[in-house]
Amino acid sequence: MTENKIYLDYAATTPVDPRVTKAMLPYFSKKFGNTMSLHSFGQEAKQALEESREMVADLMGAKPNGIIFTSSATESNNLVLKGIAFANKAKGRHIIISSIEHPCIMESAKWLETQGFEITRLKVDKYGFVNPDDVKKAIKKETILVSIIHASNEIGTIQPIEEIGKICKDYNPPTTLPAEGGAPRVYFHTDATQSFGKIPIDVNKMNIDLLSASSHKMYGPKGVGCLFVREGTKIEPILHGGGHEGGLRSSTVNVPGIVGFAEACKICKMEMKKEAQRLTKLRDKLIKGILKKIEDVHLNGNPKKRLPNNANFWFSFVEGESLVIQLDLLGIAASTGSACATVKLEPSHVLLAIGLKPQEAHGSLRLTLGRWTKEKDIDYVLKVLPGIIKKLREISPLKK
Amino acid sequence: MKIYSKEIIKHFKNPKNVGKIKDPDGVGEAGNLICGDVMKLYLKIGKNKEGEKIIKDIKFETLGCVVAIANTSLLTTMIKGKKLEDALKIEKEDLIKRLGQPLPPIKIHCSILAVDALKEAIYDYYLKNKIPIPQELKKEHQGIIKTREEIEKKYKGFTIFEEEILRK
Ligand SMILES: Cc1ncc(COP(=O)(O)O)c(C=O)c1O
Ligand code: FES
Repeated sequence: MTENKIYLDYAATTPVDPRVTKAMLPYFSKKFGNTMSLHSFGQEAKQALEESREMVADLMGAKPNGIIFTSSATESNNLVLKGIAFANKAKGRHIIISSIEHPCIMESAKWLETQGFEITRLKVDKYGFVNPDDVKKAIKKETILVSIIHASNEIGTIQPIEEIGKICKDYNPPTTLPAEGGAPRVYFHTDATQSFGKIPIDVNKMNIDLLSASSHKMYGPKGVGCLFVREGTKIEPILHGGGHEGGLRSSTVNVPGIVGFAEACKICKMEMKKEAQRLTKLRDKLIKGILKKIEDVHLNGNPKKRLPNNANFWFSFVEGESLVIQLDLLGIAASTGSACATVKLEPSHVLLAIGLKPQEAHGSLRLTLGRWTKEKDIDYVLKVLPGIIKKLREISPLKK
Repeated sequence: MKIYSKEIIKHFKNPKNVGKIKDPDGVGEAGNLICGDVMKLYLKIGKNKEGEKIIKDIKFETLGCVVAIANTSLLTTMIKGKKLEDALKIEKEDLIKRLGQPLPPIKIHCSILAVDALKEAIYDYYLKNKIPIPQELKKEHQGIIKTREEIEKKYKGFTIFEEEILRK
């Protein structure tokens, strides 16, 4: 990482861990085979692929054959929504999501509406929690999929996934268990892109049928993601072709990327507990410090049930982009709302969903910590942020 | 790639003419339809040697982005001491050109804020002093008011929120 700069935007993307890079290197020019080839080059690549599958599966308590490698979480999420919709439309055309999903779920759902599917977008409370009772009430005969984000990429709120999963599972009559050939049922998907590798996940204990994750959010390379698909799930592919990944995702397999993703999973598994504790401590120091040192600032999301590395605030009378650029000029990389905010001026749908007014949402700042965040970085932010806020408020017509 | 030019960052870091004017002769307000951000501009009007009306002092406040701040800062430095008619002639393109960078398309709206707020402030001055308002300016004023109404519709409760805070 660049010296003298403080990166606090780990939710946008992470640097690749040097251990990951090292694991990947042989697979570019030496072990470069195509996993579908019969010769030794192919076999070598195939072996790396299957070993990687085991390592990724291991981090979520899944069977290796449940893991499909994709190019990103965006692809995984598109595959879930469109793939489940088209495979199960004979049973029904109703899908339930939350109102704080990542744009790749929101937009996929919106597109499905144009294709004759019905979408229910569940409201969340002021912390961003989905109420499991609302899921229960929203499920009907025609429901084929419930998709709820595990942890919010913006405000870090961690959903009661296990409970929501159980509601979906219990709704399915016992005779229609997926193991019995994928009879019609309500599938439960969670977008775990921000939580995977940071907090424990067990797809069986948490009643998850489908789960999306992405390598570049957990110190692996960009361009690799995965989708867990429970055995027997009825799902259609989006990419048709040579039949890779169990026919669900054709295209020559990105072996170096997948090897890197797997190595990243292994490291996360090894270090998760300690790292989560370390980051929680730093996060709480940051939150407490900002709330104490600055007036008219509010924490977005829940103080406790949030990702260990996420802090998100809104400052009255301050505009987010100006704030981010001011911080950048002082060597701190942060974000307002989400990374997408630079191509879209509208306030974040997540912040509006938790009840913020547009102006409040506009004054939001997301600081996300990670593997290379040190206590002195937090101290530096706490030292310079009050001055920046003061300066921006002096320009504001809305100040008191 | 840098998102913003050196010139934009220069003005953003040290914006000129920030603040309020006590007893202003004209006040103008404009809003950005896309993001809902606001700009407020204060004018003090004076006379030059020839007895023509000039902008004696100008200050601005904004809840706007980097582009909005930089643009308005630049505008204020350009028109301080200028005749009112000349100030009215400045268009957003002049500002964008001076800041030396093609703006991302969605940021064009942010540069209109400065020009709109200035027009509104001069309009306000004319109105208060019963000076006949040029047809062109009247038309522009109507457009700006309409934008504000649309912002209100789009961001329900936006003006209410703003008023609430101003009252505090
Ligand atoms: C919750 C969530 N879902 C999906 C994505 C998309 O991930 P990817 O960049 O792998 O497409 C992101 C990251 O931007 C995310 O935070
Ligand atoms: S984004 Fe609001 S003024 Fe530019």
